[in-house]
Amino acid sequence: MTNNPGPSGPMASRSGSTTPGDPGLSTSLLSLRGISKNFGAVQAVENINLDIPAGQVTALLGDNGAGKSVLIKTISGIWAPSGGQIFWRGEEVHVHTPRDAEHLGIATVYQDLALCDNLDIVQNMFLGHEETKAGLLDEISMELTTKRTLADLSVSTVKSVRQLVGSLSGGQRQAIAVARAVMRDSQLVIMDEPTAALGVSQTAQVLNLIKTLAARGIAVIVISHNLNDVFQVADRAAVMYLGSLVSEGPIANYDTSSAVELITTGESSRVPSIRVASATN
Amino acid sequence: MSLSPEDSLEHQLSDAHPGALSQIRKLWRGDSGMVPIVLGLVILVIYFQVRNSVFLSSGNVTNLFVQATVFILLGMAEIWLLLLGDIDLSVGYVMGVGSAISVILVDHQFHWPWYAAFALTLFVTTAIATLQGLIVIVFRLPSFIVTLAGLLFWEGMLINLVDHQGTGGSISNENKILYNLVNGNFTTVFTWIFVIAVVLFMAQTMVRADRRRRASGLVTRPFGVMVFKVAALAAAGIALALLFNANRGTFIVLKGMPYAIPIDFAVLAAGSLILTKTKAGRYIYAIGGNSEAARRSGINVNRYRLLAFALTGLTTGIASLLYASRLGGISDNIDSSLVLYAVASAVIGGTSLFGGRGRMIHAVIGGIVIATIYNGMALISIGPATQYMAIALVLLAAVTIDSLARRGSTSS
Ligand SMILES: Nc1ncnc2c1ncn2[C@@H]1O[C@H](COP(=O)(O)OP(=O)(O)OP(=O)(O)O)[C@@H](O)[C@H]1O
Ligand SMILES: [Mg+2]
Repeated sequence: MTNNPGPSGPMASRSGSTTPGDPGLSTSLLSLRGISKNFGAVQAVENINLDIPAGQVTALLGDNGAGKSVLIKTISGIWAPSGGQIFWRGEEVHVHTPRDAEHLGIATVYQDLALCDNLDIVQNMFLGHEETKAGLLDEISMELTTKRTLADLSVSTVKSVRQLVGSLSGGQRQAIAVARAVMRDSQLVIMDEPTAALGVSQTAQVLNLIKTLAARGIAVIVISHNLNDVFQVADRAAVMYLGSLVSEGPIANYDTSSAVELITTGESSRVPSIRVASATN
Repeated sequence: MSLSPEDSLEHQLSDAHPGALSQIRKLWRGDSGMVPIVLGLVILVIYFQVRNSVFLSSGNVTNLFVQATVFILLGMAEIWLLLLGDIDLSVGYVMGVGSAISVILVDHQFHWPWYAAFALTLFVTTAIATLQGLIVIVFRLPSFIVTLAGLLFWEGMLINLVDHQGTGGSISNENKILYNLVNGNFTTVFTWIFVIAVVLFMAQTMVRADRRRRASGLVTRPFGVMVFKVAALAAAGIALALLFNANRGTFIVLKGMPYAIPIDFAVLAAGSLILTKTKAGRYIYAIGGNSEAARRSGINVNRYRLLAFALTGLTTGIASLLYASRLGGISDNIDSSLVLYAVASAVIGGTSLFGGRGRMIHAVIGGIVIATIYNGMALISIGPATQYMAIALVLLAAVTIDSLARRGSTSS
């Protein structure tokens, strides 16, 4: 289970890019080298090499089932990768549990939001990080922080922060999940389709928030099917196709049609694909 | 839905004080599981009292509370696991085993001091439940099946323990302290002191919490609601103290609150404190609501599941002491439906079988409802057959409400 690609892994030869002196390792916050994940016979993610720089927004693109969520879940410690290495500030790390990821400074908004419907907004916001006073929960302090955070993010449609999350609308739930991820001081914020259920103004707010985070020097990975949003906020793009990374680079290298081409067919006549790039490596 | 975006913006975080009426409604919805059942209980009490005026006599009410004690304690034991969406079907016989151990140890043969015997009893029931929890967690088995096996296993163990003593099918208790847990009473003065202390403490806690919220600029309940709650609490406390302190003996004078009641109360207070004011309690709710979300929030789900099993065992151990006290010993042939009453108490009070929703007080309400039905029906000469059927209907109504409430909260 622990990530030890070793010489036995089928990707071993290709993960030769993990040699010391790899420029990506020294300059980026998070580097993935040869990350794979399979569920039994299903190869969901295969040999991903990707560098995530601090202070930039990386858009992770790909069709349904391309493996985007699986990839970010391996980074977030939901499950261990089947192979490959994860480097954090140039040092190899093993992320086995969500706590491990959190200790590194990774916060994630999951596609399914991962909220407890039977708890209220405050309780969800602080789940796993409750503030205590003399061993007992400090509800007042948590409620105040929650209100402040939501106000900062202009989440204005919830009537009371003591409302059960199960009673919120889809967009409100999404806003809570985003607020929860950014409330803590993280260095990498991962958002799996954070705007999917949001209305126009909420979407604009989340996009603004993403830009703000990056401006503060935080690395952001955002998964989205909405290319308009992507071109608005992203500094870099990475495209997955059937579990593999097929293209990666500054957003300026892409336009809507080449991105669509890459997403749907895995290649584009106008953007150099990874396979070509790695051959010249 | 009817709000326009502008409206909802205005409503936003300002938390404008809504009317007292809607606040009260909200409060009731918060305790939603309890409102119908408390009303039902009041109706039952009135009905039995009209049919037989002995019902609300000091002797009968005291008896009713004593009858309810085992239901209440076992119900609270069950709630730890029900909150996770798990269940422990073995609590009845684990309690029996605990009772047997306590009776055997304080008996003339072993002559352990009561505190050592009680401590070992609690340790054993906690260990049994923890072991079952470990099996559930390590082998990823449904708690339903593991504790069903436990039910049979610990019934066998109980029979072994009792028969090994060679005193026929039962062991009787000679120890005064164990006997007094249920049969002993506070003096009338101490009954008053206890009731007043509890009412004052709860009122003060409520007022202080309210004041702190106000000082932090957070929304507080309207003053009237708090006054109402405190007044209701005080009225109930005074009524109970008067009842307990009336003479209920026929040949000798018998007065005062049975020890069983402060014991129930202490377990209720401790359990509620853990559930509502500690991280462990918060995590138990979170796991019951969405265990994957809890895991992704960094919570060690298995640790808290195991803790809940242990707390079930500990609470069962306390029940076993009161059960031994009530039976005057222990027999190898205890009521096999005890576990069903445990689950029924919790669910009738409003705790969900689906996990994530419930409170310790639910077992108290549910246990009192069950005891009221048995006690009241016996008083008006309705036989056990009908009593069973009546409890069955109440239970059915409770799970129906639970299921409807669940559907209501997940839709939309
Ligand atoms: N827990 C799992 N067990 C088995 N297979 C899985 C599991 N999770 C994902 N998969 C498979 O892995 C592949 C990639 O899934 P993933 O959820 O990463 O897609 P995605 O790129 O996030 O798609 P979408 O845009 O629809 O969210 C899919 O074929 C999916 O069936
Ligand atoms: Mg996905």
